[in-house]
Amino acid sequence: MRKGRLFLGGLLVTLVVAGLISGFASAAPDGLEKVTADKGVEEQAKPHDLDDSPFADYGVAGLTGERLATGIAGVTGVLVTLAAGTLLFTVLRRRSPQPAQPPGEGQPAQAADPPREED
Amino acid sequence: MHAPDGFIDGPTSLAMGAVAAAGLAVCVRGARAELDERAAPRAGLAAAFVFAAQMINFPVAGGTSGHLLGGTLAAILVGPYTGALCVAVVLIVQALLFADGGLTALGTNITTMALITTLVGYPLFRQLLRVLPRTRGGAAVGAFIAALVSVPCSALAFVAVYAVGGTAPIPIGTFLTAMGAVHVLIGIGEGVITALTVSAVLAVRPDLVYGVRDRLPVPELRIRPAPAPGHGEG
Repeated sequence: MRKGRLFLGGLLVTLVVAGLISGFASAAPDGLEKVTADKGVEEQAKPHDLDDSPFADYGVAGLTGERLATGIAGVTGVLVTLAAGTLLFTVLRRRSPQPAQPPGEGQPAQAADPPREED
Repeated sequence: MHAPDGFIDGPTSLAMGAVAAAGLAVCVRGARAELDERAAPRAGLAAAFVFAAQMINFPVAGGTSGHLLGGTLAAILVGPYTGALCVAVVLIVQALLFADGGLTALGTNITTMALITTLVGYPLFRQLLRVLPRTRGGAAVGAFIAALVSVPCSALAFVAVYAVGGTAPIPIGTFLTAMGAVHVLIGIGEGVITALTVSAVLAVRPDLVYGVRDRLPVPELRIRPAPAPGHGEG
């Protein structure tokens, strides 16, 4: 199953990036942060409304080990993003215009156009 | 490049929310045509990969870092409309779960990082494919250039929003120059990550890379003998 291999391989790479490599990311300000700090815009920034949330700023509330916390936050984010994205795209796919089939049926029907054209 | 709350004034933030909503509505319609059967988990994975890659800030010049925006990458992998939605999902998760990117700035952030990047990166990639060799290397070069260009364009779009509704009175010209310059450097990183990722997926399943699927080498038309149909070696 080559298709499954791509998905599982991709998921593994994604989890390694978010869970392990993330702890070694640069802590320097990003382009926008740096430029706005230089230009005196940064003081306009307001604290985030959700700064008290458990995963705020890619940490884990109550966990002091920074790399571990970042990794846990990263893996959590990957799983949440994967779930939210898959759900969104599944719903979009199911609601695709289907001339031959009334909308709202559980069965996803045939694609409107064939997935690959040989020409 | 996640703008916090407070950089852009209320009316402009509201207007950018409307711009983002309109753009996403267009993407929802477009994505329906792009998503073929069983594409949903793959598109979800593309979003998850963009999330993960956005965590990796890489150093660029002068005590500054940057990270992947991912719009061009997602667009090449799963289609431009679906790709923009992938990045939008990432930005929403980041704002709601990780307090990264202000809630009132979400419209601005979705417009600059999800919509502009795909709007610039994907058509540019497709144009580049016309002149580049029809190989994995050619696609990688196209991905590199398109992704690189998309980042300063995204930064310039932010400066344009700031010019309309910025809260601190600063000279826009120097802001534009500084933002453009640093984001060209960040764009190089974006280009490298995008080219490597596209190249890696092309090596495994070239038929699943949306942006090149009508430009795959057709074995029957090649001079070299094709051992078995259906397995395009990249």
